[in-house]
Parts: sequence; C-alpha cells; structure tokens
Amino acid sequence: MIRRDLVDAMVAHARRDHPDEACGIIAGPEGSDRPERFIAMDNAERSPTFYRFDSMEQLRVHREMSANDEETIVVYHSHTATEAYPSRTDVSYASEPQAHYVLISTRDPETHELRSYRIVDGVVTEEPVEVVESYMFAHTGADDTPDCP
Amino acid sequence: MAVTVSIPTILRTHTGGQKSVEATGTTLAQVIDDLENNHGGLKARLVKEGSLHRFVNVYVNDEDVRFAGGLDATVKDGDTVTILPAVAGG
Repeated sequence: MIRRDLVDAMVAHARRDHPDEACGIIAGPEGSDRPERFIAMDNAERSPTFYRFDSMEQLRVHREMSANDEETIVVYHSHTATEAYPSRTDVSYASEPQAHYVLISTRDPETHELRSYRIVDGVVTEEPVEVVESYMFAHTGADDTPDCP
Repeated sequence: MAVTVSIPTILRTHTGGQKSVEATGTTLAQVIDDLENNHGGLKARLVKEGSLHRFVNVYVNDEDVRFAGGLDATVKDGDTVTILPAVAGG
C-alpha cells in the first residue's frame, strides 16, 4: 500500500531523468512497512542501462534515517527501454529483504509501467501495488474500496 | 586501536543482531581481519580477491574508502567504520 503522491513523485523522477535510469528510496518509520518520506537519489552512473546510488549521498541519507529511526521501505529505479521487471544485476545487488523493490518503465512516452517486488536471497516475488490517497483513511470499509483479506 | 564498526541489517546475522561492534587495527584490512576473528563469515561478504567487494560501500568516518586507499585505508583510535550495501542495478 502506497500513497498516490509518492507514486507520482517516483514516476515524475523517472520521466525527468529519462533516457538515463532514475533511482531513489522512500523511507518510513522502522518496522512500520509504511513508505512516508520520498528521497530522490543521484544515479552516479548517469546511464540508460545501470544505476548506482552516489556513495556519499547514500551515507548522508543513511545517517539522517538512523537519526530519525527510519528504514528503507521502498527502493525504486527506472528501466528506460525494457519492462518493469528486475534484471539479473538488480537481483544480485538486492540486499534489503524488508524493502519493496519498485520498478518503473518509461520506455513508452505516454504510459508508464510500475510494479513492485520482494527480492530475498536471489528470489524475485512480484506483489500487488495498492495506491491510496491517504494511509489514514485506507481500509475504512468504503463501498468502492473493499478491504483485502 | 579500537574503532566502532556499523553493521548493515543484511550482515547482522554475523554479529548476533548487533548494529555496531568494536574492532581493532590500523588499516581497514586489519579491522576486517579482526572482525572475522570475532564474527566469522563477515570477511567473505566484504572482500573478494584481495579488494573490497563491489556489493558494499565502506566508509572511515565521512570518507568512502574507495577514494582513500581501499583496504589500505588507515584508521585511528576512535574512528567509525560504516558498512553499507551498495545500492545498484541495471
């Protein structure tokens, strides 16, 4: 479950950096599994086929998050010419078993594709993405948004 | 020469869940050897074929050691060594 403004921010970043890959994280309170704080990161590779967080920016963000008792809830990046599915390189680097790995494909200039995965011990599992306006009012039993089991 | 080493979540299986541990040494290589003595298995996650593994970033205080001598980077008493997983992909 993720707020619409955060989805919009990821897509906007991916579009802005196209044709290079864009990357970043969404932090949230430790143990909450709730993405809250959008942090666009520099792609140190500035490449259409590869991304890497800038190491100094990553250290700074890591310290900020530790001080705030936050952890990485979402790690996102874009694919600019292929589908939104983790590449072999993505899987080999994936090191946050608690994180949702979000892939955004910007290969189509009109419509984007956004999908989410868990990557644990080299195993990729896709998961549904539920976009909500607000976490506070999600799952309140409204007729048009039935609760999931 | 004691330094504090900050351990990322993914490697805490080697430190019994501890977020940070103490180690000794005057170079990063010595610190990693000392870590290995007390927390077996860590070295293989950090070092490959004599240099730092591309899957990790290691910092001494505020400096990425890739730009400060790699495993030969010097550490001083009271320094903080931070290990973070490299976040990268294709």
